[in-house]
Amino acid sequence: MNDRAQSDLKPVINESGIEVKPLYTARDVEASGGYAMIGEPGEYPFTRGIHRLMYRKQPWTMRQYAGFGNPQDTNRRFKYLIANGQTGLNVAFDLPTQIGLDSDDPLAEGEVGRVGMSVDTLRDFEIAFDGIDLDKITVSLTINGAAAILIAMYLAMAEKRGHDVKQLRGTAQNDILKEFIGRGTWIFPVEPSVRLVGDTIEYCARHAPKYSPVSVCGYHIRESGATPAQEMAYAFCIARAYADEVLRRGLHIDEFAGRLSYNFNIFGNIFEQVCKFRAGRSLWAKIMKERYGAEKPGSMWLRMIAGGGGGGLTFEQPELNIVRGAYYALISALSGTQTMALCSYDEAYTIPTEYSARISLRTMQILIEEMGLCETVDPLGGSWYVETMTNQMRRKMEQIMAETDAQGGIVKLISEGAIQAKVSAQAYQMQRDIESGKFPKVGVNCYRNEQEEEHKVEFHPYNEEDAREQVQQLQRIRAERDATRVEAALARIRADAQAGRNVMPALVEAVKTYASVGEMTREMVKVFGRYREPIRF
Amino acid sequence: MSSHNGESEMSRQHPIKVLLAKPGLDGHDQGAKVVVRALMEAGMEVIYTGLRQTPEKVARMALEEDVDVIALSSLAGSHLPFCTKLKPLLEEAGLTDKLWMIGGNLPAQDHEALRRLGFKGIFPTGSRLDDIVNFIREHVK
Repeated sequence: MNDRAQSDLKPVINESGIEVKPLYTARDVEASGGYAMIGEPGEYPFTRGIHRLMYRKQPWTMRQYAGFGNPQDTNRRFKYLIANGQTGLNVAFDLPTQIGLDSDDPLAEGEVGRVGMSVDTLRDFEIAFDGIDLDKITVSLTINGAAAILIAMYLAMAEKRGHDVKQLRGTAQNDILKEFIGRGTWIFPVEPSVRLVGDTIEYCARHAPKYSPVSVCGYHIRESGATPAQEMAYAFCIARAYADEVLRRGLHIDEFAGRLSYNFNIFGNIFEQVCKFRAGRSLWAKIMKERYGAEKPGSMWLRMIAGGGGGGLTFEQPELNIVRGAYYALISALSGTQTMALCSYDEAYTIPTEYSARISLRTMQILIEEMGLCETVDPLGGSWYVETMTNQMRRKMEQIMAETDAQGGIVKLISEGAIQAKVSAQAYQMQRDIESGKFPKVGVNCYRNEQEEEHKVEFHPYNEEDAREQVQQLQRIRAERDATRVEAALARIRADAQAGRNVMPALVEAVKTYASVGEMTREMVKVFGRYREPIRF
Repeated sequence: MSSHNGESEMSRQHPIKVLLAKPGLDGHDQGAKVVVRALMEAGMEVIYTGLRQTPEKVARMALEEDVDVIALSSLAGSHLPFCTKLKPLLEEAGLTDKLWMIGGNLPAQDHEALRRLGFKGIFPTGSRLDDIVNFIREHVK
């Protein structure tokens, strides 16, 4: 007899498709697989955390996503965030930069500096990071389609400032496969795109071994409609595709796996999220150890940035998003994240203002300073509910990964648009469930304000003057740089791409001649072609 | 991508035909794809363009496909410059009698300007799918 039959309760199924019981006991833990995969913090399989002392030794890095206008504007916002206690940077680029267009490209008109900082040449990085200590503040570049170019640019900028690139830390998002599922800043077709990710990982393993060239994103897959279990399972499938690409080049897994990192989303049921992370940590460790034969613990670590929660925030009653953000941050802390970033309450409306970005930062600081979140490692560990759900979430993720493999693998399914169609169908169902009230959302389908108040959201202005200045600066640089060197560097990119060589050395050289993002992209397009989106419903 | 299901469109000879475009460089397509499914389920024929459409491409497709509705989904803030460029192209193509709509991240302060540009249907974030469907049914001649 189960509990439900006895008490006539309605069944509760979480988003990942697992039934949630009204009560858990030690028997449930046993029935779900017991404590076989729990281990100690800092020890395989790392369910309880990748480090022994976790936040007791060092709180998570606070890394709000920021960037807009030209590099001068962004540099000011960076310094504001650092002055307010932020411990890492997370750079937002405008759409032209993200898809490899220069600021003076006709297609970039009206988009330069709008949703992030515009970058054309190395000069822009020199300005954006001026006066920021790159040894103390690690920088994460949210760039994908044009990632190889911007990683090259970051390394060249650091080198020029006198840093030893071998010691340089930092992260690039550089997860192109998820861009085909959601977010959409692709440039090249799937195959050469994966090759480019391989180039960056291989190059960094040899030349910048402390730099994290990839942050595999479940985040945007979840935003596109995936469940929490799918979010993590698909991210692992994608990470495996990148690892396989690099292994084909003759590197050993322990030469690069330690610098792979992840980016995950947090919204929805608290316990489902916490268990997702605990389960995911042990599953990734298991994959690395058993499938790839990793030996270094670092290769098995699921290092991550977690937070955000954009998909959980609402347009209605936006102040409630401050409350939601605080819960998401709590979940992230309870889940043992390495880095945290929160969406700000006004993000359904506009680019966060200094005011709203500071609220997000203070939310994390309250958790660190006032709430005792850093005192004890994995405080939810040992709860019968949490341990059972962790085991069940792990099994669910393994099932999804096995299904994906059986259908031909993630790269094939993404190329065909199959994953896109699947998560988009789920997003549609979720929207219907929200509109019908089946899936409760406070302020949206319950507890609505009779009359929506005038929202006190301050809009981030788009400054066309900044965009004009950016174009003028690019044209000035084009006139001043050594054209012969630029031409030679661009020709080498094309030749290396054509010959199947790693393009990173050529990109680093080209960046140093002040070749532009658009020029370098065009050379690669000549060889790789452009992606064509499969439209499938 | 298109789908035929004329059953729910009793009064018309053919189902309402909608072009749903993603203008500019914006890559947020979750909402657009959700709306595509809602319109298909309502029996409309939908042509979804995919990402990165220029004003010229949108106008050309609208003309070639002979659609009843020209709909845009914009979430990255460039709706006004895009629509300002699109309006004369649609006029030139003789598409002023079609229903022009836009949805997405559209601040209230921009709605009047969008209306002046000829966009009758404005559906900001938070709009309901049924409201979009009903609006189209009511306004397509």
